[in-house]
Amino acid sequence: MGERKKPTLAVFKFASCDGCQLSLLDCEDELLAVASEVEIASFLEASRAVAKGPYDLTLVEGSITTPHDAERIHQIRRVSRTLVTIGACATAGGIQALRNFKDVSDFAKIVYASPETIEALGKSTPIVDHVFVDFELRGCPVSKKQLVGVLSAWLNGRSLEVSAASVCLECKRRETPCVMVASGTPCLGPVTHAGCGAICPSFRRGCYGCFGPMESANTASMAAVWQSIGATGPDLVRAFRSFNAGAEPFRRESEVHEQR
Amino acid sequence: METAPGADRYVLDLTALNRLIEAVREAGYRVAGPKVRDGALCYEELDPDETLPQGVRDEQGAGRYRLRTGGDAALFSQAVGPHSWKRFLSPPEQRLFTAKKDDRGFRFEPGAIDDGKWAFIGVRPCDLAAIRLWDKVFQDGAWADSAYRAIRERVLVVAVQCTAPAGTCFCLSMGTGPRAGHGFDLALTEIGNGAPRFLVEAGTPTGEEILALVPKVRAGPEEIAEGERRLGQAETSMGRSLDVDGLAELLSRQVDSPRWEEIAVRCLACGNCTMACPTCFCTTVEDTSDLTGSTAERWRRWDSCFTLGFSYIHGGSVRRTISARYRQWMTHKLATWHAQFGETGCVGCGRCITWCPAGIDITEEARLFRQAAEAVPAPRS
Repeated sequence: MGERKKPTLAVFKFASCDGCQLSLLDCEDELLAVASEVEIASFLEASRAVAKGPYDLTLVEGSITTPHDAERIHQIRRVSRTLVTIGACATAGGIQALRNFKDVSDFAKIVYASPETIEALGKSTPIVDHVFVDFELRGCPVSKKQLVGVLSAWLNGRSLEVSAASVCLECKRRETPCVMVASGTPCLGPVTHAGCGAICPSFRRGCYGCFGPMESANTASMAAVWQSIGATGPDLVRAFRSFNAGAEPFRRESEVHEQR
Repeated sequence: METAPGADRYVLDLTALNRLIEAVREAGYRVAGPKVRDGALCYEELDPDETLPQGVRDEQGAGRYRLRTGGDAALFSQAVGPHSWKRFLSPPEQRLFTAKKDDRGFRFEPGAIDDGKWAFIGVRPCDLAAIRLWDKVFQDGAWADSAYRAIRERVLVVAVQCTAPAGTCFCLSMGTGPRAGHGFDLALTEIGNGAPRFLVEAGTPTGEEILALVPKVRAGPEEIAEGERRLGQAETSMGRSLDVDGLAELLSRQVDSPRWEEIAVRCLACGNCTMACPTCFCTTVEDTSDLTGSTAERWRRWDSCFTLGFSYIHGGSVRRTISARYRQWMTHKLATWHAQFGETGCVGCGRCITWCPAGIDITEEARLFRQAAEAVPAPRS
């Protein structure tokens, strides 16, 4: 059997903290296997060497926040056979999507000495608002296990085992008693996309919604449950406006409680 | 109980009960029982130095559970906790097989089957009924499951008849409790005032063998009467009830009811009810592979009919709306289960009510469906 040509992998970053890319470097045990199965063509967090496209698989981290980036993502899409976005920034606009609820020029005036030199878009948007995305991997940050799962599914040409159901299923499978029912702790688990393995409730904290809305998030009912255990309108606005503030169901629900 | 009063019943004190558990261990069983963790009474493996919690009382309502500890010395003055015994009989995540590529093709290795012997201490009558339902499906049915069977046939059941039902209990309506009936090796009834005391009876030869190793006294008429009194009291203090008369047919006629939409306003489709339900047995199967494609694994995981993936077939999910998913769950449990398995799929444990974050109450929903079905249109004036 002749040596097959290894597929090429590229990783690109937009507005983000680099944490999701670091999840890839954090794979440690699997990293050598990744390196042996793919040719890493572009991954600035790992190496300065950049090979030209096209790339077989491109991972994109970060959201679109500048006119320059809005152009750059189209160039990346053109040279990518398969494009997978990773993390809350790339899939929902990230924490920086908090700007979407305000006037970004007001922030620029406060922060920068010469705000006229700042070219920022009014909204932080996910990659899928700009180009076709083959798959979105959620999380702030993404789960290392799911990231490796995506890579191995892609390398082996099989379907993914990424569930879009609630965090509650993960809680129940790991035998964590419900923090909301057993101690009245507000938790976003019932409306949040699984994937983290239900970490926070296992430490008796409510879910923060790092993986964004689950497949059929009933945020209105979730808000009513929170209110029944004492949450106020501002509490709800803050809860739905974190890393996935720009995700549609969370954005809508946060606005409902802002108006009150 | 058909036998003469007290004929085969004995009284144990706490020391004797602990000796009984010790005898179970000595017979080679791993012991699982109630344990307070994270504000709930969980069924977990107990280490030899761990004793059963005392003075634990629960308060259960729709979407609400609170434990109070440090009360009296009683062991079983509470109802069921969040987890049922199904996690021991069919673990939430189970590797079915591993396939490894070698120069001749694929080599299959079966997943590890739990070859331990489990003793379940403190199985409540509702959960006994749930285990009987699972046995019907996975031990004896056309879809018998070898992994389930391997674990199940070695299980020793020490039941506890319920003397303190919770606010969400309705086993009396379902005919599953608070008395244990059958399906246990040993059954306990707490009768102590102050110092813990228990009536005990054996249900199988294995139970009798264990009981023979324990110091005990034959139960007297007063002790038998005290047990009966407490069970009678439990029957009158069920927090909820469900009128099952004609319920399956009634629900089957409600497929197009607008009530499903009303429930869906509150239903989170989170799947908690199905995970907490002791009879819900649905699983999904997922294949994984390593990066090099040389090793693949097949995993079975607990699944829920509340996920979109559950009804995914070619072209998409069949039950896209939350109302369709709640309807599927409720009508399966209370109606179509009869057609499938010849009885109801609900044992009245109340977990789906307590552990629903939105507090949706299956007994209340059933009552409203009955009310709607029986309502006579008001005459026009």
